[in-house]
Amino acid sequence: MNSLKLDENQLIENFEAKLAKNEMIEPKDWMPDQYRKHLIRQISQHAHSEIIGMQPEGNWITRAPSMRRKMVLLAKVQDEAGHGLYLYSAAESMGISREEMLDQLHTGAAKYSSIFNYPTLTWADMGAIGWLVDGAAIMNQVMLQRTSYGPYARAMVRICKEESFHQRQGYEIMNVLASGSAEQKEMAQDALNRWWWPSLMMFGPRDEESPNSAQAIKWKIKRETNDQLRQRFVNQTVSQVEKIGLVVPDKAIKWNEAKNGYDFGEINWDEFWTVVKGNGPCNKARIAAKIKSHEEGAWVREAANAHAEKNNKTKAA
Amino acid sequence: MNNQTSLFQYILKIADNQLILGHRLSEQCSKGPFLEEDIACSNIALDLIGAANSLYIYAAAIEGANKTEDDLVYLRSERAFRNVLLVEQPNTDFAYIMCRQFLFDTYDYFFQQALQNSNDQTLAAIAAKTLKESTYHLRHAGNWIIRLGDGTTESNMRLKNAFNNLWCYVEELFEQDAAELDLVAQGIAVDAQSIKSQFYSHIAEIMQTAGLEIPSGIFMQSGGKKGVHTEHLGFLLAEMQSVHRSFPGVKW
Amino acid sequence: MNDSQGILWEVFIQSKPGQPHKHAGSVHAHDNEMALQNARDLYCRRSEGTNLWVVPASAIVASSPEDIGPFFETSNDKVYRHPTFYSVPEGITHM
Repeated sequence: MNSLKLDENQLIENFEAKLAKNEMIEPKDWMPDQYRKHLIRQISQHAHSEIIGMQPEGNWITRAPSMRRKMVLLAKVQDEAGHGLYLYSAAESMGISREEMLDQLHTGAAKYSSIFNYPTLTWADMGAIGWLVDGAAIMNQVMLQRTSYGPYARAMVRICKEESFHQRQGYEIMNVLASGSAEQKEMAQDALNRWWWPSLMMFGPRDEESPNSAQAIKWKIKRETNDQLRQRFVNQTVSQVEKIGLVVPDKAIKWNEAKNGYDFGEINWDEFWTVVKGNGPCNKARIAAKIKSHEEGAWVREAANAHAEKNNKTKAA
Repeated sequence: MNNQTSLFQYILKIADNQLILGHRLSEQCSKGPFLEEDIACSNIALDLIGAANSLYIYAAAIEGANKTEDDLVYLRSERAFRNVLLVEQPNTDFAYIMCRQFLFDTYDYFFQQALQNSNDQTLAAIAAKTLKESTYHLRHAGNWIIRLGDGTTESNMRLKNAFNNLWCYVEELFEQDAAELDLVAQGIAVDAQSIKSQFYSHIAEIMQTAGLEIPSGIFMQSGGKKGVHTEHLGFLLAEMQSVHRSFPGVKW
Repeated sequence: MNDSQGILWEVFIQSKPGQPHKHAGSVHAHDNEMALQNARDLYCRRSEGTNLWVVPASAIVASSPEDIGPFFETSNDKVYRHPTFYSVPEGITHM
């Protein structure tokens, strides 16, 4: 007993020494159970967000109003699938199977980003999502390129590289609409009004109400806090809004010289928790759609398995 | 019909096939049987829509009516679409999707191969690029036909069902009207009869490997090339064109 | 292992002819050909490659982190394997 305990202490010490030197933790390295649990939860949640995130945008692929937009949107949504896949692989390296993760998503045991529980109502929403939602996601993902778990960090590097066009295409859509007809401009402003606050919510609860955050920073999983990232997002986005002649839907927005950033209004935290708890406008529909395609695909996966097994037998014989 | 009009119509036939099939596949984005296959189908959809786009740009130039590719896609109504009936059939299940894909990809592979030699330089160049893509599409679909045919009782049954129901659209692929035959004579259009036997022998080979029989005694449907479609196309276009048509004359 | 998502494969991409294959990530697939196609569709969407290898993840044998000492650090003192260990007269080139 005693020697085991000593070993554990030694292992923790080694683990923390690695973190202190900014070395990456790799799949076969020893790691504390809580670190593993925290990461499996975070990475799978991140993967699920990419996958569920395909739905609100996939919703408009068939209605994209020009050939160029149609191809770009399809390529973008396809990228999200790829990113979900990179992330599932990173989580799998910690010893959980993709099946288990999908089960957790389907049963509601695992969460995904609440932003995707809002409906996409007009074409302008494709602009707002690319610009604001991807913009907020990128802020988080750029930080995660330096996260302490190797496979997660490497997935993030690839994802950030591929996502560089996502935000631009969204902003381009908004810019074209905002400088188009009166109806188009109204559509753009309406989308901005609906997506602005949910985008700010993407960074999570305020620091003082985010108990996991402190541990994540200690383990170098996160490198910056929710509030720091949110502030940076507001700082960089306000001028982008103004540049295309739209208005930030927050009367409290004001430049604060002292903090070298914008002051902004209070997020509606009741709404935030309502959606997190599963009562947003689309929570049920998103999961139902996911389960439907999973179930409709079951016979295809079985067939592929059966065919592979028959082939293996023929080869073995 | 003068030559430019015939050529314009011919390009539309090729482009509409690519667009409508690509559109159908794009409807499946996020609904695939598993993630990797979802990505694969989106890739194929992107290839098809991309090829259609190049063809529409060319068609618009040939027509010379100051139109853009988007005008051709978003402002024509169903009677003006020239795609074959096969490609507009709905995504009933994955067996239908792969069967539709396999039949079209086989045709398209031999078609693009022949079109590479067209006397029309632009068409030949687009075909050379498209051929690389159709080669991959055909490989992907052929593999799935074998997997599903060989896989389980259910997959075999579903695939058989798909072949039985889609087979009636096969012959239309090889129909050519007088104007098109005129382009064949000039070495511009592909002689459909010349690729027909290759088409059937590839289909037969893969279906045999998959343990399936070629459906027999099926009455052949046609009309798409003349703009007489199945009822499915109207809904597809209504959806595809809805935003564009709701805001006439604006930029996107 | 062979759950309904297929088995796990590791993907290696050669970015240009003549270059070594590099690990890119992993995919799920049910058979060889599907693994190859899935790898292509996932990791080569932006002209990343000229050749692909896919290997069932279970076929990879990896050294353990504990092996770092006996496996790798033992070569640290074999400085005579490096050209800079040797001195040559000044002015000698092409060596």
